[in-house]
Amino acid sequence: MAEILIEHLNKTFQTKEGTVDALKDVNLSVEKGDIYGIIGMSGAGKSTLVRCINFLEKPTSGNVIINGKNLAKLKKKELQKQRESIAMIFQHFNLLMQKNVLENVCFPLYIQKKSKKDARKRAKELLEIVGLADKIKAYPSQLSGGQKQRVAIARALASEPDILLCDEATSALDPQTTTSILELLKDINKKFGITIVIITHQMSVVREICSHVAIMKSGSIVETGNVDEVFAHPKSSVAKELLKKDTLSDSDNKIIQEVGNIKHGEKIRIIFSENSAFEPVIANLILKYKEPVNILRASTKNVGGIAKGEMILEFKKDSTQVDAMKEYIQRSGVEIGEVISDVDA
Amino acid sequence: MWTPEINEMIIRGIGETLYMTLLSTIIGYLFGLPLGVCLAITDSDGLTPNKIIYKILDVIVNITRSIPFLILLILLIPFTRLVVGRSTGSTATVVPLVVAAIPFIARMVESSIKEVDHGVIEAARSMGAGNIRIILKVLIVEARTSLITGMTIAIGTILGYSAMAGAVGGGGLGDIAVRYGYYRYKSDIMIVTVILLIILVQIFQTIGMITASKLNKR
Repeated sequence: MAEILIEHLNKTFQTKEGTVDALKDVNLSVEKGDIYGIIGMSGAGKSTLVRCINFLEKPTSGNVIINGKNLAKLKKKELQKQRESIAMIFQHFNLLMQKNVLENVCFPLYIQKKSKKDARKRAKELLEIVGLADKIKAYPSQLSGGQKQRVAIARALASEPDILLCDEATSALDPQTTTSILELLKDINKKFGITIVIITHQMSVVREICSHVAIMKSGSIVETGNVDEVFAHPKSSVAKELLKKDTLSDSDNKIIQEVGNIKHGEKIRIIFSENSAFEPVIANLILKYKEPVNILRASTKNVGGIAKGEMILEFKKDSTQVDAMKEYIQRSGVEIGEVISDVDA
Repeated sequence: MWTPEINEMIIRGIGETLYMTLLSTIIGYLFGLPLGVCLAITDSDGLTPNKIIYKILDVIVNITRSIPFLILLILLIPFTRLVVGRSTGSTATVVPLVVAAIPFIARMVESSIKEVDHGVIEAARSMGAGNIRIILKVLIVEARTSLITGMTIAIGTILGYSAMAGAVGGGGLGDIAVRYGYYRYKSDIMIVTVILLIILVQIFQTIGMITASKLNKR
């Protein structure tokens, strides 16, 4: 049986401008131990959907069944008890700003009436798992975004949940931190068998860790399936659109990564300004020094109406002429920059 | 003119002013804090929105807030007699002071509580926290800096009101200022009491601000 079963879910909001259908006949089932992605553009209703899974938003109609329990049929106290097994992390972390890291992680344990001693012991273990054992006395304002999300994850794990809901949990983080947080979520999924539901607008997040995906558009789910399948044969226009965005940003990343991975000769970044772009600098360089250089990447950018070029060159391994060649390039009026070293991080 | 009697009177005046101000603040918060929390949580974007309760409390607070203190002081004389048995002296002044302070404090508390990030409240709810716990462990804790700043302002205002009560025999430094400075043209005594009032406000303000910034972990 599915761990999370959503049947014919509707949610209508009353606003001053009239009614808004945030969710329209949504059906979804998530198996135990799955990492399920729900993706869509902003305003597609995915945040509302995820809040219906723990009833932070009460659906207008339809059923949410968690491990066989219909949430709509639960009394207030029972629902609060049920929420202890459905943890949630957020885009803006939502930590208690006036409490230190340790107390933040203890908070859900206090709700479950654990003693201070037990809660602290457990919180310390959890902070160890997320790699923040040395920050227990710090306050959230002293942490980076990634560290804050780690605290939030530790806090979410405190109540030993069956399900972890992630509402745009990586959207406020930079790409590297996103990767490390996703790794952590993957670990948690494996280690504790927690079912994870991820709400995101980034296809890359889905690609990196999800096994199943649902694609939402204006309150409805337009496509569901295996991540591999959907990526290989997207059916809906939204899926195609999202994939196109993803591959665009992705090809860029991949090239940079490949550049970083080549462990041969010395690499430099050269930058053409407006007047040098017309001279055959590279060709002349090769003719003069009778030595090949490898062009790893080349692009032109329109900077303020002026075409600016950029190339990443790799010299031959063990070349003795590198310094001379660099000097030649500079003499030809081309700038030399560093190859950004974080590319293979 | 600086006879020992006058010195003693001024020292007693300081004591009375402090007594009125602090007692009124404490009793004021005893009622004003829950009232302010009620206002904040029953408002349309609060924890448990309730239009009827909010509107009733809102109107009561607004009415009390719009009566000038001096008039409230006189209006409440029968009530004060009922509560403390007399209508003059510093204990009697505490009654109208509290009545004036409660709605003022409630508004301060309301706005402090409303500053708390909705995301944190949502996170607490997602962990299964009930409303009482959210109020005590999230709202009040997260708003504490702002609450203390508000309390500092409230003490300053109540101290000012207590001096005003001097006009109708309320005791304290205000009373001395009115009796000696106004009725007997002893402006030197009046100036001394005014300076003392300024110093008192400064002390409370400084203590409040230091505590607030010490407690703020943002």
